[in-house]
Amino acid sequence: MTALARKNGRTAALAALLVAAMVGLAFASVPLYRLFCQVTGFGGTPLRASEFESDLAPAGKMIRVRFDANTNSALPWNFKPERKVERVAIGAREMAFYTAKNLGDRPVTGTATFNVTPAKAGQYFTKIQCFCFNEQTLKPGEEVRMPVVYFVDPKILEDADASRIDEITLSYTFYPVDSGKKQS
Amino acid sequence: MTDTTANAAHFEAHHAHEAHHDADHKPGFFARWFMSTNHKDIGTLYLIFAIIAGIIGGAISGMMRMELADPGIQYLQGWAQVQNPNATFDEALHLWNVLITAHGLIMVFFMVMPAMIGGFGNWFVPIMIGAPDMAFPRMNNISFWLIVPAFILLLGSSFVPGGTGNGAGTGWTVYAPLSTSGSSGPAVDMAILSLHLAGASSILGAINFITTIFNMRAPGMTLHKMPLFVWSVLVTAFLLLLALPVLAGAITMLLTDRNFGTDFFDASGGGDPILYQHLFWFFGHPEVYIMILPGFGIVSQVVATFSRKPVFGYLGMAYAMVAIGVIGFIVWAHHMFTVGMDVNTKMYFTAATMVIAVPTGIKIFSWIATMWGGSLSFQTPMLWAIGFIFMFTVGGVTGVVLANGGVDNNLHDTYYVVAHFHYVLSLGAVFGLFCGWYYWFGKMWGRDYNEVLGQLHFWIFFVGVNILFMPMHFIGMDGMQRRVPDYADAFAHWHGWATTGYIIMGIGMLFFFLNILWSLLFGKKTPPNPWGEGATTLEWTLSSPPPFHQFETLPRID
Repeated sequence: MTALARKNGRTAALAALLVAAMVGLAFASVPLYRLFCQVTGFGGTPLRASEFESDLAPAGKMIRVRFDANTNSALPWNFKPERKVERVAIGAREMAFYTAKNLGDRPVTGTATFNVTPAKAGQYFTKIQCFCFNEQTLKPGEEVRMPVVYFVDPKILEDADASRIDEITLSYTFYPVDSGKKQS
Repeated sequence: MTDTTANAAHFEAHHAHEAHHDADHKPGFFARWFMSTNHKDIGTLYLIFAIIAGIIGGAISGMMRMELADPGIQYLQGWAQVQNPNATFDEALHLWNVLITAHGLIMVFFMVMPAMIGGFGNWFVPIMIGAPDMAFPRMNNISFWLIVPAFILLLGSSFVPGGTGNGAGTGWTVYAPLSTSGSSGPAVDMAILSLHLAGASSILGAINFITTIFNMRAPGMTLHKMPLFVWSVLVTAFLLLLALPVLAGAITMLLTDRNFGTDFFDASGGGDPILYQHLFWFFGHPEVYIMILPGFGIVSQVVATFSRKPVFGYLGMAYAMVAIGVIGFIVWAHHMFTVGMDVNTKMYFTAATMVIAVPTGIKIFSWIATMWGGSLSFQTPMLWAIGFIFMFTVGGVTGVVLANGGVDNNLHDTYYVVAHFHYVLSLGAVFGLFCGWYYWFGKMWGRDYNEVLGQLHFWIFFVGVNILFMPMHFIGMDGMQRRVPDYADAFAHWHGWATTGYIIMGIGMLFFFLNILWSLLFGKKTPPNPWGEGATTLEWTLSSPPPFHQFETLPRID
């Protein structure tokens, strides 16, 4: 029986290892999912480029970009786009501004998540420069203008599922860094 | 507590009238049932537990059907006032959410799974492979005694605050952000902990089954000679092993989001609520196969037995289950077609989902081919098995309809979905359970059930559930949303039929309990093999009930 007991122990240990691996995978899915979205533009995650690709040329078509701003309730900021909607040329380097003002009486550091809808547009919406790439610290009462430099990839016109998109919404949500939990 | 130690007198009392002197040393009542390490006793405990949970879960569905019998809110307010005399209308509506949550969680985690895997799996997997017991008998005991506190935690959560009112009103899916920022109070935490415990119980059970099936088969019992029920439990155990840890991870993240300031699923903290849905359904879709696969196994045994033929296409049947298990892990997002997936993703998940119809079709056709040309007898277990095949096919067909991403946009979260999953689970899995119950009734309890009562149970239940769930397809296609206690007058007609069906089903269930009572009072002793030459698996070579310890000398299979 001891041989069987050893064999049983080994099988059970392997099975337990499988369980541990799946638990690990569940938690690893959080960064992996983020990475997957960033690389593929899945789920409306805008792509990121360090520089404007100089071989891109305006495709001669226009598209509307709508700017949306949200703030976590724990962050005492007034955060809004300077212009709500802009008509931009597909393939051209564009710049937009958001403003943020700290209404609180303490310096606060925040950072922003971002997303575009429709989700399909994510892989064609590329940001070159964005305030959301860094954390922002605002002193009490301080107001800043924050630029976003981006372009809409002309390849969007070749994608059968995305070529008829006439408006892309770029949405930001600012939340405090290291804030602990919001009241819920 | 006095009889925790078995003394010589206990054993001698049994020795006096039992043939298997060495095999039948039963400990005293408390030691036998509360400290059990015997796979048959633990199986019995699981079955009793599942019946109790089923009564509670079924009663909850009765409350929901009562409220849904007519348009408007009739009873919810009154029920909410039982706990809190000043319950507001919102709290009454919250109670509805608590009811649907409890019904779903109880039926999935505390009725179907304990009965299928814990009950029949424990009872018959060791016997069918010629093993004396499970590989880890004491771990088996832990598995069962983890599920009891889990159930108590879930029931207890109904009495503590859960946001709008008492109880966890999140649905069995526990989607964030409703389950995080949307449900303050301890109820959801209790429900999550309950799922943790139930999950741990199932994982330990799965490890036990895998070890038992891999290492403890009798000489000659190769993997390709194992009865299909054992195959089904083996595949199920692997699904549990791979799926449940993901659920555990996801609900742990919910717990930390709720209590420790993390933002896994909160977009305004850098998280993503859709990720929760991905994680949940990565578990949730295999979970539906976890519930149905052992039913496949039971039905395979029963169809072969009552056709007096070996099952048609044994290897195809076994590997169809493996294929269903494997494909079950790569189709999860068909539960979330409406979250804003792009067309290509939807196309993939639509196509992958439809592929499941192939191994499932192999099983359906093999069951029919087993019956074809067989020497059929339509006793109660066979009726349930044929009922299972019919109902599962209906549910499978609506499943193929729902698999279409485009169609699902329209039918998502309607009663069409409710009808679909009740046809495959409430009628598929539950028919499988009753099938096993009547097939092994005499074997487990040593007494015959009443054939007339059994057939009445089947026919009344069959008619009832069809009247109950078939109309849900119609109102679902017309736009009746699920998880809502009120509805437009236009849906009242078919809701009325559904309520009638529930009552008929309830009458059918009376015969189930009557039959147990009849067997206790008048049941004749069951012979070792009541089903004749069609019953070829090892449990029929033993007495009914089998000796307390079987196969002290291992059987040889050639």
